[in-house]
Amino acid sequence: MLGEGILKGLGETAKNFAGSFVSKERLTTVQYPEERIAPIENTRDFPFLVYDGAEDADEAAKLAGLRCVACQICEKECPPKCIYIVKSTDKKPDYVGKPQIYPARFDIDISVCMSCQICVEVCPFEAIKMDTEFELSTTDRFGGLLFDRDHLARSNQHYHKIHPTEAAEVDARLAEEKAKVEAKAKAAAEAAAAKAAAASAAPPVVKPAPAKEPGA
Amino acid sequence: MSSPGFKTYRPPVMEVSEEGDELLEVAMGPHHPSTHGVFRMDVALDGERVVKLKPVFGYLHRNHEKIAEKASYLASMPYTDRLDYFCSLTNNWAYALAVEKLAGLEVPERAEYIRVITAELTRIQNHASAIGFLMQEMGASGTPLMYAFREREKILDLFEELTGSRMMCNYMRFGGCRVELPVGWLNKVRVIVDGLPRFIDETEALLTGNEILMARSQGVGILKPDLAINAGVSGVMLRCTGVNYDIRKVDHYGIYDRFKFRVPLGDHGDIYDRYMLRVLEMRESVEILKQALKDVPAGPIMDPKSKIRGFRPKPGEAYGRIEAPKGELGFYLISDGSPNPYRYRVRPPSLINLTILEDMCLGQNVADVVLIFGSVDIVLGEVDR
Amino acid sequence: MKTAEELLAIIKAALPGAGVELVSNPSPSAQHSLLLGSSTAVAVASFLRDHDELALDYCSNATGVDWPGKEVTEKMKVTKLVEGVETVVEETVKRVEPGYLEAVYHLYSVKHAHREIAGPVVLRMRTANRTDQVQLPSLTPVWRSAEFQEREIFDLFGIVFTGHPDLRRILMWDEYEDHPMRRDYVDPDDYEYEPTPHDEVLKRAEAQKAGIRESGVTA
Repeated sequence: MLGEGILKGLGETAKNFAGSFVSKERLTTVQYPEERIAPIENTRDFPFLVYDGAEDADEAAKLAGLRCVACQICEKECPPKCIYIVKSTDKKPDYVGKPQIYPARFDIDISVCMSCQICVEVCPFEAIKMDTEFELSTTDRFGGLLFDRDHLARSNQHYHKIHPTEAAEVDARLAEEKAKVEAKAKAAAEAAAAKAAAASAAPPVVKPAPAKEPGA
Repeated sequence: MSSPGFKTYRPPVMEVSEEGDELLEVAMGPHHPSTHGVFRMDVALDGERVVKLKPVFGYLHRNHEKIAEKASYLASMPYTDRLDYFCSLTNNWAYALAVEKLAGLEVPERAEYIRVITAELTRIQNHASAIGFLMQEMGASGTPLMYAFREREKILDLFEELTGSRMMCNYMRFGGCRVELPVGWLNKVRVIVDGLPRFIDETEALLTGNEILMARSQGVGILKPDLAINAGVSGVMLRCTGVNYDIRKVDHYGIYDRFKFRVPLGDHGDIYDRYMLRVLEMRESVEILKQALKDVPAGPIMDPKSKIRGFRPKPGEAYGRIEAPKGELGFYLISDGSPNPYRYRVRPPSLINLTILEDMCLGQNVADVVLIFGSVDIVLGEVDR
Repeated sequence: MKTAEELLAIIKAALPGAGVELVSNPSPSAQHSLLLGSSTAVAVASFLRDHDELALDYCSNATGVDWPGKEVTEKMKVTKLVEGVETVVEETVKRVEPGYLEAVYHLYSVKHAHREIAGPVVLRMRTANRTDQVQLPSLTPVWRSAEFQEREIFDLFGIVFTGHPDLRRILMWDEYEDHPMRRDYVDPDDYEYEPTPHDEVLKRAEAQKAGIRESGVTA
């Protein structure tokens, strides 16, 4: 019969239409922005700098806990070159207490950033990670899309909220590093203390001066 | 070095000899709802029939090849996502394959399985969208398209879990994959793959026997096999003419030799054949996925010899190609020992498939030009790079 | 599938005056190529396409490469008059090796696709220099897939293909007068706003700032 195929197709459409009243699978529209779907954990939007501290810390605390040491590896590897770093002239202690330089300026132009997350991949200090914020529209298309260091600095607790598994792994790795450094420092301190104790307990030993022979 | 300026629009220049008849010259595009992007076709019409057709593109030219000469090998990987923006994972794989040939890297087995799984998922969502867009141009107002997009959403959610991004995945690396599979991801893939045959059956019930589709697409836009081979046409366009050439079977790249799958071929080379081929290829991809998901081995996902930073392949050149959903996607790289490639070339399937657009459209009605063009399944990001 | 040396032997046997040479490829991909002479390129290409056993009927990729000229310093022994005596003196001579543009074609066989594969057959053609002698024969009459790709090589590199049915720009607009993929291409200086400058742009921005500071004039 001519038209059989069309009727069969209309049957499919009717099944989908009727089904959208009864089954969640057929009704896939989400009324954004009133309804939102649960965000997927691994999603990536734009980078942010991690600092170890409370979420509502002030600027000085943010800077003190900032993990970035301005090595500029992310700047070199960034494909569209959207990161701009100026190193500082002084140093501040990092999470194990070693003095490191920090970025005096760390700008990311998010109108250029393409969220490729290569900066995260190459960072050796777990200092830059990907955020999940995407509702960043602004009316200022030049300065409003240039994020500076204070805007980019978000706390480690924020990182735990948005990427729990990744943050747990990073914390485990950093704790391991810290434990290694502390163990090394303890061993060095013990060796120094033992040497000092041995030096004060034993009588002073006079070392004979080496004889100077002519032509030796 | 002239400065870029906007010239006033000139009507299409066609050297068409008019012998008594008046020919109507129409510029279809670049602002056009059915041209899959910014694409222009200068058509000369005799009434409704096409006498001459010249495709004009370059509106999306970003000189990706020049950008790659200034950036390192790794930094070009996110740019390959943006070539055929529907199928970013297959673009990544083609580039990684070419670099692996150039540098002599070996990919571990687990990474090969992940590559096959993601590539076949990409192929399914690309073919579903291609059928949907073709139906949209035929006048079906987006119903098959939205059904296809429903399945595509599920696949894109899988990609977001794996790579972090729905479309610009940037997942393959030279010598393997970037990151390990999240816990439970393979089970999610199995659930979705189990639901795919029902979706393909529904699409076929909706479309395959549809008299309107058959009337509009059978016998329209016929392509002959000799012309197709000589014009370098690849992918579904080549197989619809009956030529048995699927790069997965011919080049034996990756681990496709381990999977049993058939290659559907067309008889007539018309639009209906291309539609049916896409449906059948979706079914074959589901078969490959079922086999691949059964035994994904454990192990590393990166070649231990490969480096992320400071990657300098030895001087030389290599050409690597894969069967992307749109056709044969190839990358030609020349290295001179520095961290940036000396020459980086993308062989775009969509551009080469457009070579015979004029041949297919001659003598057809102008309404069919839109359909024929839609059945070639191009993406402007790839044509223009 | 034949290796490049075997192909060379077959071509030399069939077309003795062909002027084909082997260009070896040091990378692990081992895709060696054959360099064709401009006058016999179309004949060799047709031979390869119509040969029974080779049947290279599928031109997969056609692209261009720019090799700019380089300065070569050499030490040469020259006989010169030094203080009235003829002596042999070593001199360093600088000369410029002219660069050339190259067109590379990758060929496969569809007729014999299911034999054992060993990589594509790669053909190359080189121009005499980069300025005025940039003509090469077009292989579009042999393989139609080269039609759009040769137009792109003409557009982006500047190689003029003689015998091409419709040689005009394909990606850039028709009145454009440069060849963007050449190695000495300079981007037009039309930056509106560059908040994260690097490399040359940074140098130019700093030079401009220094110039303003010296003269005391702001734009």
